[in-house]
Amino acid sequence: MEGLAREDKDAIERIYRDNYNMIQSMVLNNSGSTDDAADIFQETMIVLFEKSKSPDFELNCHLKTYIYSVSRRLWLKKLQQMQRFTRQPEDLEQTVPVEEEIEMHEKRQSDFSMMETAMSKIGEPCKSLLEAYYIQKKQMQQIAADFGYTNADNAKTQKYKCLVRLKKLFFAQYKNGQ
Amino acid sequence: MEDTLLIDAAERYVKGEMTPEERTYFEEIRKNNPELDQSVVEHIFFLNQLEKFGDTRNFKHNLNEVVSKLTDEGFISKAPLKGKARLVYMWNRSKRTIAVAASIAGIVSLVSILVFSTYNKSKEPNTQLLVQKVNETYAKQQQIEHKIDKLDAESKKKTEPVAPEKPKFEDARFRATGFLIDNVNNFIVTNAHVVKEAKHQLIVENSKGEQFLAEAAYVNSANDLAIIKIVDKEFKKLNPIPYTIRKTNAKLGEQIFMLGFPKQEIVYGEGYISAKNGFDMDTIYCQLSVSANEGNSGSPVINKNGELLGIITSRETNTEGVVFAIKSPNIYNAVEEVKKMKNYEAIKITAAPALKGADRVTQIEKVQDYVFMIKGN
Repeated sequence: MEGLAREDKDAIERIYRDNYNMIQSMVLNNSGSTDDAADIFQETMIVLFEKSKSPDFELNCHLKTYIYSVSRRLWLKKLQQMQRFTRQPEDLEQTVPVEEEIEMHEKRQSDFSMMETAMSKIGEPCKSLLEAYYIQKKQMQQIAADFGYTNADNAKTQKYKCLVRLKKLFFAQYKNGQ
Repeated sequence: MEDTLLIDAAERYVKGEMTPEERTYFEEIRKNNPELDQSVVEHIFFLNQLEKFGDTRNFKHNLNEVVSKLTDEGFISKAPLKGKARLVYMWNRSKRTIAVAASIAGIVSLVSILVFSTYNKSKEPNTQLLVQKVNETYAKQQQIEHKIDKLDAESKKKTEPVAPEKPKFEDARFRATGFLIDNVNNFIVTNAHVVKEAKHQLIVENSKGEQFLAEAAYVNSANDLAIIKIVDKEFKKLNPIPYTIRKTNAKLGEQIFMLGFPKQEIVYGEGYISAKNGFDMDTIYCQLSVSANEGNSGSPVINKNGELLGIITSRETNTEGVVFAIKSPNIYNAVEEVKKMKNYEAIKITAAPALKGADRVTQIEKVQDYVFMIKGN
């Protein structure tokens, strides 16, 4: 779990190895395909990751149980969206309530895609510039050198302009979505 | 303060790069200038969003790397997606949906099946927990009841060794509706998609909550019609059926009512025939304006004279109150088919016009004993 928060690939791999088969059989037994299973597990991993990031996170059940609960809920949701009302069979595995996480996750997913759209709209070099500063957390001097600005202040002004545009695009969607 | 400066200040504030004096000063300005405070809050929110975006993207990237590694190893199986295989794969993947859609002859975004009512499914997450708890208590209760039954049985065994043990039905996985058409041989009509859900046991439950074992006699996916037979010896034969089954198609505007099991008890609904044909002019169906929900599949549609006009099957998903029902003449065709089958030759629609002229409450009282909950697992 800690490894996950650090974005450690080994941790991800371990979780996959320990839990994937369980989720795959859950999805396959409930009118899903192997691809559905892969999607669901991936989404579950993202939920888990988001969860591991929050400071007040506490897992008061088995990780396996938690993963199963999240996947199960996500799959049910997906089935509902596909307008099939097959009833989930009685649970063989224990589950814990995960409604809050799923809701949170959906919110974050929509935020993510809004930001993605906004990012794709601002174009280059804005996109790379902002990514370099805000996501890769590079120093302004470094960025100025990388992008060929004569000094850090020029880069900063440019970054500021880009940021305002991105903000505008993002909030336009955000307010529409609300 | 200029916007650039403000953003700069806000960023330094968040990162904790300000000196204590600057910090106090900045907080002071924010306190005294609500507008400015608002833009700072907004900017901090935005920075958070940006940060989360970066994190999630990184994580997804790592995730994909791990997934492709595991896929290469063969740990995660992905169906091949090339050429013909892809087609087959897509087919396998959506076979069920296509079958259902095709059987209602509408492939586009349209139809949903009304069979399954889930016990713990709820659209509002805030009611979900409650439901689950109810389920838990219910399960516990059942366990206790089961134990009591067992104890009872044991004590009975000691006193009177006869007590034949009633077969215990496993928990149902779905719920739908069906109605009797032959009270002599106990044949029930429902939807084909309902019967197909029962992989192990098909159970019918009457309005008193008594359960009986049934078997599928006839399942026709093409028109989504099925006829099942109650085979349980415990089932006591009912009086002749009070409704008749109409041999001609329903007329536009006819007032109808229906009874079904969208929940654990029988539910009454009213409406009218709104179109002569089903989705995409499918002539097997007619269209009703009525409110139907999951669990209503197989519900009888009856008019004021006690004529059965159809069987609820599906509804349009993006329009409220558009419901499709199989037209009643199809039942006669199905019965003819069943007559040709071994063991089921005796099937006969035993209907009498006993509802005509009665008020609705009386009609419902008479009909409800002939409407069954179809369950199974």
